[in-house]
Amino acid sequence: MPVKIISPVTRLNGFWRLDVKIENHRVVDAFSGGIFFRGLEKILLGRDPRDAVYLTERICGICSTAHAMAASLALEDAFYIEPPRNGIIIRNLIFGADLLQNHIRHFYFLTVPDFAPGPDRPPFAPRYNSDFRLNSAQNREIYENYMESIHMSRAAHDMVTIFGGKIPHNHGILAGGASAPPSGDSVRMFLSLLSRVREFIEQKMVKDAETLAEVYDDYFKIGVGHKNIMAYGMFSHPDKKGEFYFKPGVIINGVREKLDRHSIEEHVKFSWYEEAPPLSPEEGSTQPDTDKPGAYSWVKAPRYKGLAMEVGPLARLIISGDYPESYGTMDRILARVYEARKVAELMEQWALELEIGKPVFTPYDMPSEAEGMGMVEAMRGGLGHWLRVGGGRISHYQVITPSAWDCSPRDDEGKRGPVEESLVGTPVEDPDQPVEVGRVARSFDPCLACAVHVIDARGKEKEIEILL
Amino acid sequence: MLTRREFLKLCLSSATLSLAGALLPRVAKALDENGEKVTVIWLELMTCTGDFLSFANTLRPDVEQLINDTIKLEYQNTLMAAEGEMALKHLYETAEREEGKYILVAEGTVPAKQNGIYGHIGYFEDGRPVTDLEAIKYFGARARYVIAIGTCASFGGPYAADPNPSGSLPVHKILKGVQVINTPGCPCHPDWFVGTLSHVMLYGVPELDAFGRPTMFYRHTIHDFCPRRQHFENSIFAKHPGDYGCLFKIGCKGPVTYTDCPTRLWNSAHLNWPVGANTPCIGCVSPDFPDAMSPFFAHLPDVHLPVVKAGSSLVGKLAIGGAAAGIAGHAAASFIKGRIQNHLVCGSETEHIDVATRKKLLEQEERASEATEGAGTEPLKATVADYGNGDSSKKPAGIRNRCREQGRDSEASEELVPDKVPAVMPKKLRIIRKIMSGRKP
Repeated sequence: MPVKIISPVTRLNGFWRLDVKIENHRVVDAFSGGIFFRGLEKILLGRDPRDAVYLTERICGICSTAHAMAASLALEDAFYIEPPRNGIIIRNLIFGADLLQNHIRHFYFLTVPDFAPGPDRPPFAPRYNSDFRLNSAQNREIYENYMESIHMSRAAHDMVTIFGGKIPHNHGILAGGASAPPSGDSVRMFLSLLSRVREFIEQKMVKDAETLAEVYDDYFKIGVGHKNIMAYGMFSHPDKKGEFYFKPGVIINGVREKLDRHSIEEHVKFSWYEEAPPLSPEEGSTQPDTDKPGAYSWVKAPRYKGLAMEVGPLARLIISGDYPESYGTMDRILARVYEARKVAELMEQWALELEIGKPVFTPYDMPSEAEGMGMVEAMRGGLGHWLRVGGGRISHYQVITPSAWDCSPRDDEGKRGPVEESLVGTPVEDPDQPVEVGRVARSFDPCLACAVHVIDARGKEKEIEILL
Repeated sequence: MLTRREFLKLCLSSATLSLAGALLPRVAKALDENGEKVTVIWLELMTCTGDFLSFANTLRPDVEQLINDTIKLEYQNTLMAAEGEMALKHLYETAEREEGKYILVAEGTVPAKQNGIYGHIGYFEDGRPVTDLEAIKYFGARARYVIAIGTCASFGGPYAADPNPSGSLPVHKILKGVQVINTPGCPCHPDWFVGTLSHVMLYGVPELDAFGRPTMFYRHTIHDFCPRRQHFENSIFAKHPGDYGCLFKIGCKGPVTYTDCPTRLWNSAHLNWPVGANTPCIGCVSPDFPDAMSPFFAHLPDVHLPVVKAGSSLVGKLAIGGAAAGIAGHAAASFIKGRIQNHLVCGSETEHIDVATRKKLLEQEERASEATEGAGTEPLKATVADYGNGDSSKKPAGIRNRCREQGRDSEASEELVPDKVPAVMPKKLRIIRKIMSGRKP
């Protein structure tokens, strides 16, 4: 059976390798693997716990604010810190602005070239040349908006900078709250940029996404995965502790459940780690075993109550009741765009809720022994940080990223990860130009910079053996 | 056409004028000489892609102008339409066609352990991998210019931090004998990179400091031009992040960090910067960031390394020495910059500082600091180092004298809460200096 290796899967953050088996113009099996290893969790050991916020940001350039949020919440959980109301709002504004940046860049930079051919020059060429369906007017318009999106995503990042100091890797989100108190001056800059970005999302991006959805309506049926979704809750409510603007929750086989934060385990049967039963992230160990028979990935397989869960904007919107229960490729793309619209609208409201002159940061003392968990929604889905502090230093740090959920390998039961599952059944017109595979895979907004904890070329050779 | 002098003036007056904006038409013209746009190959190695996203925030010129009018961005993992083998083939074909003509932009550190198996840019369809190590060697050797963007590519950065699980090295350590222009920053400011790129296209290699950084951006310390400098002089210190005042006591690494954040601001729209957001500078443009620059919230020179355990074995001491050389070597290098710069000719081959050179620098610096000892005035407060005294060339010596003075009877502290941290950890530093100068501690 021919195996098609697609690597690098470009237009995403990080490096990815997809191995798909294609039979009779249809994907019959898929294997997903990240192809670099950094070991940031190891690097964190022995460091000042407060440094985790700025260091874990460096896991990922496009979702740095999400890691800052997760690390801050983990520290606040560990040290019993209550950030002030203003701090929560400013963090929501910083993260919200970065989310808008991510969603705009994901739609135009990463998604559009799969559906519409750009100008005939780099970086838009070379490209696959199959199944482009927009008419020339639509195509022209979408690339005009592509160019405008460059300015809009930059404006969104500039919004982060107003309260975060810089971006990527902002300084404004930290354990204890935020660091830049609001003023009339900063709020007017923020709102001015926001109104332009919001206008662009509402008038251009939503329209472009709907055009794609109309022309490529078969993609509502292509790329449907396990249909099990999960969200940790996004944007804390500043006045109601434990409540979120985007609700946490789980849907398994169409049944809604409350999220149980302690039902997460990592499976390693098909990953190059020493054989172990499924372990919770609080105790998960990472002992590589490159000769493990049957393993084909260095990404562990996180599972919720033993199930592979899809995370991301679609999961969030369905759980919050803002999107119908439909799980195709185009649903993911549309949900991301609609979510951007909703977040931009909410942000305008939040910015006006800031109280000038009130604190943004709660000073705190650090106990030398502590344990904490920070679970947030990153742009591409649920992100968790788990840490333990011993002797005033980090003694354990574990990160489970949204792309580890989505791009995970098979679990102990042999069940595929969400991307692998959703690829199965995808029609491929020309196996030499598998544009369809990229469309499905990228709709998850995978971020392999985040997902990959360990990878090893010896493992890679094995991957080939297994596949062939 | 701008002269070099005018160009540098533009770069230095960044706060009011975005340098690259004024240049764009000229750059385009310069490039048009052959009727061809300059080919740029952008390799993402082991990176978070933060530097590319920062580049995407460039304002004058913006990415639209750059990719449409100025450069041919033939390979860029995050932006390009091609994928898989098509992308890799295009990469190799471009390098062959444009050999000796293209500009290579390297983002990310190079995992070198076990022959580079920890990082790949992709796989051919026959399963043949292309490692980061292989890629940087191949494309680096064929480029006309190599620009390392970001601290990872320039110096190793966070992924090369202790214990460096992937054995990562900066680009210049892989490309021996090739001039690498380092534009560090975590991420690199859009202007630093686009300004350097513009300079390279217009005039060739810019003037570089001892660490291969263009001096038009990385010339002065953050402390030199910090708008809160007067708070430092007046001992008005922030007590925690979010508090207004000088952030030195809660960890600001501005005094040993050489770049123009305070006058340029972030991002390309020049709106704010970390100190402006009431948080400490963490020294992200420095060699040995983050090890020598952390803990981020404990103040200088509380050098901490994760490998250092309570008992101080020789290994432990050596490890401290290695990392502390980041701060010490950095300061020393700047102190005798005059001398170093004698060997730096604009556009010429430069040597990066290796351990031996650092050792030499430290010895020289020690002699120099001994000579100036006693010349400085007494600092006003125990917690305020005397950075402000004397002329700027003596600052590092000032820091170090101060450390030595304070260290006479105090032990190194592991205290983490900023308000309670003793000012300095001089005993450790003395040991470090001795190790670095080759004597037994």
